[in-house]
Amino acid sequence: MRLFADSLACRRSSRVVFDSLTFEAGAGEALAIVGPNGAGKSTLLRVIAGLLPVLAGRVGLDPAPEDTPLAELCHYVGHRDALKSALTPIEQLTFWQAMLGGTALPPDEALAVVGLTHASALPSGYLSAGQRRRLAFARLLVSHRPVWLLDEPQSALDAASRDRLAGLMADHLARGGIILAATHDPLGIPARILELGGRS
Amino acid sequence: MFWALVRRDLKLATRIGGGGAMGLVFFLSLVTVMPFALGPDLNLLSRIGAAILWVAAMLATLLGLDRIFQAEEEDGSLDLLLMSPLPLPLIVLAKGLAHWLATGLPLVLAAPLLGLLLALEPVVLGAVTLTLLVGTPALTFLGVVGAALTAGLRRGGLILPILVMPLMVPVLIFGVAASNAVLEATTPFAPPLMLLMAASLFALVAGVIAGAASLRHAAG
Repeated sequence: MRLFADSLACRRSSRVVFDSLTFEAGAGEALAIVGPNGAGKSTLLRVIAGLLPVLAGRVGLDPAPEDTPLAELCHYVGHRDALKSALTPIEQLTFWQAMLGGTALPPDEALAVVGLTHASALPSGYLSAGQRRRLAFARLLVSHRPVWLLDEPQSALDAASRDRLAGLMADHLARGGIILAATHDPLGIPARILELGGRS
Repeated sequence: MFWALVRRDLKLATRIGGGGAMGLVFFLSLVTVMPFALGPDLNLLSRIGAAILWVAAMLATLLGLDRIFQAEEEDGSLDLLLMSPLPLPLIVLAKGLAHWLATGLPLVLAAPLLGLLLALEPVVLGAVTLTLLVGTPALTFLGVVGAALTAGLRRGGLILPILVMPLMVPVLIFGVAASNAVLEATTPFAPPLMLLMAASLFALVAGVIAGAASLRHAAG
C-alpha cells in the first residue's frame, strides 16, 4: 500500500496555498513535511484528511480500498487535542474507539503506553499541555488506521515524551503504516523530507 | 457509534459545566417569576399559562444550543467526527437527540409541576405537556441547523436566535393553539396537534440534512 498525491492543489479563500504537489509514501515510510510558517503544511494534512476540499489533482491510497474513503483510513492529530475537559482519559479513549472504529488496543493499555495510567480517572481538564498531547496520541493506538497525519506532534512534549512518541511512530511503521508529520524538528525516526516552499 | 456519541454527549451535559441543567433552571425561574409579575389574578394566569410555558420552553431550548457544534469545533473534535465512518447526518441526529434528551425532555417533565404554579386545570396541564412532548423536538432540530451554521463563528451565540427564532414561531403558534383549544373548547384540539407533530417530523429530517450540509462547510 502507498499513499500518493498527484499534482495536488489547494486554495484557501482566494490564496493558492500550494499547487502541482506530487509525492508518495510507501508502507512503512514516514514523510516529514517541512517548510516555513504559512507554507501550507497543516493545510496539506487537512486536505489529505478530507477536511479541506481538493482544488485540483488527486490524493489517495494505492491500491485503493473499496468503499472506504481515505479520510476513514487516516488518523489526524492537529494543533487542537480534541479532548473534553469534563471527561476522564479512559472515557475519551473509549468514546473515540467506538467512534473511529477499527478496534486495536484497549483504552487502559493505550494509556499505559503513553504513560498516563496514573491519570486515567482524572477529568482531562486537570492534565498539563504535554499530558493532553500524550492522551491525543493514545487515541492513535485504540483504533487501527494505516495512515497517521500528525501536525507538529512534538509541540509541548518533553524529551522523554518525544522519545516515547518516536517509539510509537517506529512501531507503526514497522507494522506497515504510513506517517506524514508536519514538523520543524527532527522526528527521531528515519523519515524522507517533503519540503513545501513559502511562496507568495 | 451512533449511541456512543449520544451517550458521550449526555455524559458531557450532566457533568459540571456541561450546561445540561441550564435550560431547566432557566425554564423554572422564568415560569416562577411570571405569577409575581402578573399579580395574583388566577383567571388571567390560567388563561395565559399555556402560552407562558411554551415561550419559556422555546427560550430555554435556545439556551446552550449554540454550543452543540461550536464546542466540538473549538477543541478540534469536529475534525475527528468528520473522519468517523458514521455518516454526517447521523452525527447531527445523534447530537440533536442528545441535546433534546438533556434539555427538551426535562422541560416536558417539569411542565406539569410548573403548570400548577400557573393555576392550569388538570386537563390543560395534560394538553400542554403533550404538546411540549411532540413539539420540543421541532424546536431542537430547527435549532440544530442554526447551530451547525454558526459552528465556525467565534461569536455565533447572538446570531443563532435571530436565525432560528422566526422558524420556531409556527411551532409556538400551533403548540399554544392546541393547548388553548382544550381550555376554551371553541376550536378543535386535534388539527394543531397534528400540525405540531408534522412540524417535528419535518424539522427532524430537514434539520439533520441541512445541519450536515452546513457542517461540511464549517470544517473547511
